[in-house]
Amino acid sequence: MSTATVTSGRDSAKAAAEKVLEVEGLVVETGGKRPAPILRGVSFSISPGETLCLVGESGSGKSVTSLATMGLLPRGALVARGGRILLDGENLLEATPSRLKALRANRMAMIFQEPMTALNPVLSVGRQLDEVLETHTRLSSRERKAKVLDAFSQVHLPEIERIYSSFPHQLSGGQRQRIMIAMALVLEPRLLIADEPTTALDVTTQKQILSLIKELQQKHGTAVLFITHDMGVVVDIADRVCVMNKGEVVESGEVAQVLGAPREAYTQTLLDAVPSLTPRAPRIEASQKTVLEVQALEKVFEGGRGLMRWLGKSSEGTRAVDDVSFRLKRGRTLGIVGESGSGKSTLARCVMRLETPSGGAIRVDGKEISELSRSMLKPHRKRIQMIFQDPNRSLNPRRTIGDSLVEGPMNYGTPRKQAWARGRELLELVGLPADAIDRYPHQFSGGQRQRIAIARALMMEPEVIVADEAVSALDVSVQAQVLGLIDEIQQRLGIAVLFITHDLRVAAQICDEVLVMQRGKLVEYGPAAEVLANPQAEYTRALMEAAPGRHWDFAARAPLQPIAG
Amino acid sequence: MNMQTLNPSRTGGDAMPEGRGASRLLSRLFATRPKAVTLIAAVVLALIVAIALFAPWLANHDPLALSPANRLKGMSESYWLGTDAYGRDLYSRILYGAQVSLIVGVGVAILSVAIGLPLGLLAGYFRAIDAILMRIMDGLMAIPGILLAIAIVSLTSANLWTVMLAIMVPEIPQVVRLVRSRVLSAREEPFVEAAVLMGTPTLKLMIRHLMPSTIAPLIVQGTYICASAILTEAILSFLGAGIGTEIPSWGNIMSEGRIYFQIKPSLIFWAGLLLSACILSINLLGDSARDALDPKMKRRNA
Amino acid sequence: MLSYFVRRVIAAIPVMLVVALFVFLLLRLSPGDPAAIIAGDMATPEQLARIRAALGLDEPLYIQFFVWLGELLRGDFGTSLISQTPVLTMIHQRLEPTLSLALVSILFTVLISVPLGVIAAWRHGSFIDNFVMSASVVGFSVPVFVIGYLLIQLFAIELRWFPVQGFRSLFDGVGPFVSRIVLPALTLSSIYIALISRMTRASMLEVLDEDYIRTARAKGLGERAVLFRHALRNAAVPILTVIGTGFALMVSGVVVTESVFNIPGLGRLIVDAVLARDYPVIQGLILLTSGLYVVINLLIDLSYAATDPRIRY
Repeated sequence: MSTATVTSGRDSAKAAAEKVLEVEGLVVETGGKRPAPILRGVSFSISPGETLCLVGESGSGKSVTSLATMGLLPRGALVARGGRILLDGENLLEATPSRLKALRANRMAMIFQEPMTALNPVLSVGRQLDEVLETHTRLSSRERKAKVLDAFSQVHLPEIERIYSSFPHQLSGGQRQRIMIAMALVLEPRLLIADEPTTALDVTTQKQILSLIKELQQKHGTAVLFITHDMGVVVDIADRVCVMNKGEVVESGEVAQVLGAPREAYTQTLLDAVPSLTPRAPRIEASQKTVLEVQALEKVFEGGRGLMRWLGKSSEGTRAVDDVSFRLKRGRTLGIVGESGSGKSTLARCVMRLETPSGGAIRVDGKEISELSRSMLKPHRKRIQMIFQDPNRSLNPRRTIGDSLVEGPMNYGTPRKQAWARGRELLELVGLPADAIDRYPHQFSGGQRQRIAIARALMMEPEVIVADEAVSALDVSVQAQVLGLIDEIQQRLGIAVLFITHDLRVAAQICDEVLVMQRGKLVEYGPAAEVLANPQAEYTRALMEAAPGRHWDFAARAPLQPIAG
Repeated sequence: MNMQTLNPSRTGGDAMPEGRGASRLLSRLFATRPKAVTLIAAVVLALIVAIALFAPWLANHDPLALSPANRLKGMSESYWLGTDAYGRDLYSRILYGAQVSLIVGVGVAILSVAIGLPLGLLAGYFRAIDAILMRIMDGLMAIPGILLAIAIVSLTSANLWTVMLAIMVPEIPQVVRLVRSRVLSAREEPFVEAAVLMGTPTLKLMIRHLMPSTIAPLIVQGTYICASAILTEAILSFLGAGIGTEIPSWGNIMSEGRIYFQIKPSLIFWAGLLLSACILSINLLGDSARDALDPKMKRRNA
Repeated sequence: MLSYFVRRVIAAIPVMLVVALFVFLLLRLSPGDPAAIIAGDMATPEQLARIRAALGLDEPLYIQFFVWLGELLRGDFGTSLISQTPVLTMIHQRLEPTLSLALVSILFTVLISVPLGVIAAWRHGSFIDNFVMSASVVGFSVPVFVIGYLLIQLFAIELRWFPVQGFRSLFDGVGPFVSRIVLPALTLSSIYIALISRMTRASMLEVLDEDYIRTARAKGLGERAVLFRHALRNAAVPILTVIGTGFALMVSGVVVTESVFNIPGLGRLIVDAVLARDYPVIQGLILLTSGLYVVINLLIDLSYAATDPRIRY
């Protein structure tokens, strides 16, 4: 659809410079007897020292593009059927396997999304870098080691000698991603492909990795093809952007142009869906009734148990939640914000009594539930319900939507017929057709399943809903719809929401109050407008600073004016 | 903590289609056109089942009738496959042998699944039961099955029931382990936790949400148990520790043929051939059931 | 490392206790008089009374168990009813043929099945993959004694390459040893080869799907380095596990193979004991092989740490 726009975008780019990578009309289809198109003629190009962001939602084909370039399409499953991929003028689609092997790491290199799984767990990281040099150079082993250590120091790893002989599991996610970057850049390739390299990382680590990529790129003049779904990251790192949708490039051009004056409707909806970091306007407290109160909650996970603890050096255990208190009023939304390992999910599971807290009190509607036994708990379970993160796993795949919906009310004695009728009503409330009730979960998309999960929670007529990263697995446009739904339901039914999230943008748009956690401890707690717009704690400030694209107002299509104070 | 699943491209809806109970399972079994091998295996097995069912009509001699005058005869119009050392008709004995093998195979498979499934559910759900039960299962697994079977048979009178018991006991720990591991991973599923939060009683939770994920692997495991039980029964008979020697089972036929092997290999050959064909076809059907029921393997074979 | 080792050893104790308890209960709870089973069919009433007193059958069951356990721990596994020799001595006399057979079979197995499994996984869906998969199903399905007789018929009777049956010690010369061990070892390893080539293939297929294999390819490594340096070591743990749990198959294979090839090892010992209803020998062999099973699996557990640095105590 947009070869024309792409060409014009390319012409307006540093036209004088020689292109490192040119992709022209790339077509990729699934293998097998009935091929389905995955990429329908994708074209773009990158100049030396330039960063091109491929941005799009899931299924847009952005990752397939990068794998095709590296010649790493899964054999038999995906096949490049047409177009050209030129690396310094050499067509990679026609290159022999051995030529491709020689080009990899040497001329083009790639880093992947999951630093946890992208490194071989049974080889030391030094060996894994050494291997690259062993394969592609004639250096002696001493020279190789020196070069590897130098690569480690370039990505700012500490104690490089110790790291050299470390195994991946002994390093943090950020460190592993640094190793991947060192590995990719050790031979100074002309092209670096980065496939969602920071998506699995915490925001603060993400910020460091992004600036590292930028730094090394400037140093070596590398061309970077950066794949991401996060518009904030695009603002921070891209020179130019290609917006992809369903295997096609929808729009491309300079960052300022695409984000500032998008021409295509698809780009516009994508940008409109990005939640703003500026907190929503405060809402009036409609009710003074406290529905959930948590006091000095603690959860300690014992290290080892039984015989093992008796024998081994007993570790003192992890304090996943350490002295956290808050209060949630009817009709309000409290956001629990933190990075991985902050204890926010454990906190939610304690409140739900999926875990038994080690100390402190949880009062639902004034009733203390933190120490109730399973059977004593049953009457109180009704009042507080949960929405889970992964829409693919939150519904029993073998039961119809209706069966899933009526299970709860029927456990509490509602007649089947009545529960079924209520189920139909609620499905309509969450925006699904009433006939959805007879279908199975796999017939719905992720966003629809999350709506069903919300309906299931509402079937119990709860006073509180706990949403644990409930929109994190969804594409940004779907995310906006589900957030809107939660908001609407809250208005209508006056339910209180405890919203667990790592995403500050989401928190800013949905929360009345925010509670920031770090390593199990409460860092800052107050009205969202104050905590997020004017953070007092240093950690909260660091989190806000690290939020990608924080200087850009996506809705206004313009840079944000710095807030005074 | 929750970072693993944050990538939107991972949740693009590639979940496997699943539905309700048995009909769903069957439709998955027959969703793909069966391979030729599977068809052949099914035909062979059907023939053996037919042999077992219609043995009284297919046989042309009493499989137990001794005829000292006709010892070790070759193939003839009367004795299609010849006779054994006691002058009994080999063809008729082999037909009846199919009955023993199939009863043992199917019986052991059904019984060990019937006993192992509830034990595995309990072990997977209740920690206290798990600790004790799994130690017992570990101990049982440490005793090599054939020796355990030999001991049980040698301590009791050797009949069909003790042989089945002897073969079943070592199989049960495998079933318990399989069910337990499935239950342990299913317990972590959000939909199971959601059911807990909706106040679903424990028994209902186990039957409705935990057990279904064990059924498909149990079908596969059951066919493998069936094959291995037939094999073990034959080995026990072959070693002289099986069901009474007067009963015509394939293992017994071969055991008696051992002494005359160098003179008359057909005493071992025909029973060995049918036994192998029977086990092979069951194993092949088990393999295709696994390919059809296990989406991970299916993707690989596509 | 040491504390890991000690913990694993301690964890093996309850398993052995369960084994002992089971073997103990098997005799006491079986229908019939344990003393009569122990004494055999020819026993006189005086002999029966003596055995009953020796077993302490009038004591409560748990006291009997601990007395018996104490004897086991002192190395007293009882005495054969037929030959009147201590069970341990009999086992000792029969050990060499069985060990030779088992070790040669394991050698065959590893040499044949691991390369087959790796190649099948690497060329997934190809002719060789289909061949390995089909051959392994056949290997599973054809009973060991049928394979044994087929090999005898073909290589010993028709082609006359090897002697039909029998065993010679390695200490009596390499030639006679090898000529008599090849067929039984092939017979015994058939099921093991089927099992381990299948497991190697499955485990390799799983590992070849991993992200770090993609990383290795993205580095421009050759396929051999990808397969052997990156994939096989990661696939090793399940393969080792199967070698351990496959020990039970090995035992049943040994019993049958020794009968088919007339090898005077532990397998023949137990068959003879069954036919003679020599229960003390059966009991001793069960305890011994179960102990061996536990030890082998312990060693395999420890070897995980050598292949995978993540496994640490």
